[in-house]
Amino acid sequence: METSLSTHDVTPSATLEAAPSQTDLTAGVFSQRGQLPAVTSLVLIAPLALLLGWAFFMPIAKLLFQSISTPTWTLEHYSRLIHEPLYMRIIMRTVLISLSTTLAALLLGYPIAVLMTRAKGLMAGLVAACVLVPLWTSVLVRSYAWIVLLRRNGIINNALREWGLIDQPLSLLYTEGAVLVAMIHVLLPFMILPIYSTLINISPDLTKAALNLGASEARAFRTVTLPLSLPGVFAGCLMVFVLALGFYITPALVGGPRTLMIATLISQQATAFLNWPFAGAISLVLLLLSLGITIAFKRLLRIERMVTGV
Amino acid sequence: MFPQRRRVALTEGFSWRATRLGIGMFCTAVLIFLILPTLLVVPMSFSATSYLRFPPSGFSLQWYHEYFKDPEWVSATLFSLRIACLTMLASTVIGTMAALALVRGRVPGRETINALLLAPLIVPHIIVAIAVYLQFAPLRLTGTTVGFVLIHSALAVPYVVIIVSVGLTRIDFSLEMAALNLGASRLRAFLEVTMPLIMPAIAAGAVFAFLASFDETIVSFYISGVENKTVTRKLFEDIDFDLSPVIAAVSTIFVVVTIGLALLGRLVKTRTGETTAV
Repeated sequence: METSLSTHDVTPSATLEAAPSQTDLTAGVFSQRGQLPAVTSLVLIAPLALLLGWAFFMPIAKLLFQSISTPTWTLEHYSRLIHEPLYMRIIMRTVLISLSTTLAALLLGYPIAVLMTRAKGLMAGLVAACVLVPLWTSVLVRSYAWIVLLRRNGIINNALREWGLIDQPLSLLYTEGAVLVAMIHVLLPFMILPIYSTLINISPDLTKAALNLGASEARAFRTVTLPLSLPGVFAGCLMVFVLALGFYITPALVGGPRTLMIATLISQQATAFLNWPFAGAISLVLLLLSLGITIAFKRLLRIERMVTGV
Repeated sequence: MFPQRRRVALTEGFSWRATRLGIGMFCTAVLIFLILPTLLVVPMSFSATSYLRFPPSGFSLQWYHEYFKDPEWVSATLFSLRIACLTMLASTVIGTMAALALVRGRVPGRETINALLLAPLIVPHIIVAIAVYLQFAPLRLTGTTVGFVLIHSALAVPYVVIIVSVGLTRIDFSLEMAALNLGASRLRAFLEVTMPLIMPAIAAGAVFAFLASFDETIVSFYISGVENKTVTRKLFEDIDFDLSPVIAAVSTIFVVVTIGLALLGRLVKTRTGETTAV
């Protein structure tokens, strides 16, 4: 439908890197290819550096510093995190839920991405709307919808009772299952769009060639389309997994206090127990997980891009 | 796209058709799963009953009426709009300046800056929220317009830098060179030649910055005051506290506003692509 569904909707890093460098013949006359002088450049970028430095990087650095310097130089907050089984269980639960979310999003999202490349006309518009409308709807609104669906006298329980399938309402809300379903729903578009943007760039001629050479459509898909779409699959999985790790709103509203995840644990330690250094220690763990995985996978993504030439 | 499909379908017969039917049903189910929660909220906001049920019975605008006459909702909405407008202004100016420096200027450590710029998009917002609270609380910046605009601009500015940078690399640089050749000053060449060309990118960046602020929930939750709270904070509190259909009405307004703006941003961005594609 629209090729404007470009990668910089979902992977801003890729477009920054893909930006071609300016090489202009007439430019030599002016200061090195018409570049802005160093002083002007610095003046132009200074407000950004000040803003991000003061309002973003400095607070985070302070928070992390607190975790090793309060009350004195100590690693007690980290040893508490490691030795208390409850906290390790929450970290394991978060990783597990994030992995399940990623896997489920991949299984549900891939066929939809394929459908988006093949649908035409009204159908294409409908499919795009189904993917983009949730993406643009606030996570708050969507969590609200899930609560209305899943609570004790919610829509699902009422429907099941009216059909005579159950006598007592099921407790669906405030369970790990509820968190998982709501998270898959919120993160699914982040899986579909990167896969779609690699699929749309695969030349249909390649599939045609495979079919002409006698492959079945299933085999053509398995040996041609699927391998070529792997960079999008990696990008989608990376994005969904990292977003899932740090997810706050959905676990807080749909999971309740019984289904704590790393993000809700940080919030609980900071606001309910005012234990800021410990919250800082958990933040470092979450930060290392998110950044570590992003950096590790980013390298993999680049290698993929070089290999496939996409 | 695949004219061979029919032939394959004929030769493989029933099993292929069954598979296609299965895939079609699976895709339909997933699409319904995706759109259902959003579609649920809208009819509920027009229901005549005070408890939430589906399908809603009767039609009334009472929940919208309640929203507009509740001073708490109205002041939260106005506060959110003010923050979002100021954030849009600040991050568009700062982001455009930085994009110019990054694309056209000589900046030491450009790669590092580009990487650091992505941090606000990657770092989980809960960490930003408590870190910023710790920084702002002693300075009495929590619950103030300045505090909100500062942190929301920090979170929104990467979108502007990325979108404007792409816009800048797509335009024909020799046009600005020609202006300089003809004796225009650098500033005048920028204002009269480059600026109009990248205007669609700047506008798209501005829309995304507005959305990033208006939609931001977690940091706003932490740094809201008793007086000054954003509509997202009010929504969060009310969803957690009681599920009155007013929330469905607010959610519907929220959905309409965000989708409208996102479509606008996309439209402007698409136009950028068309007008600057060489």
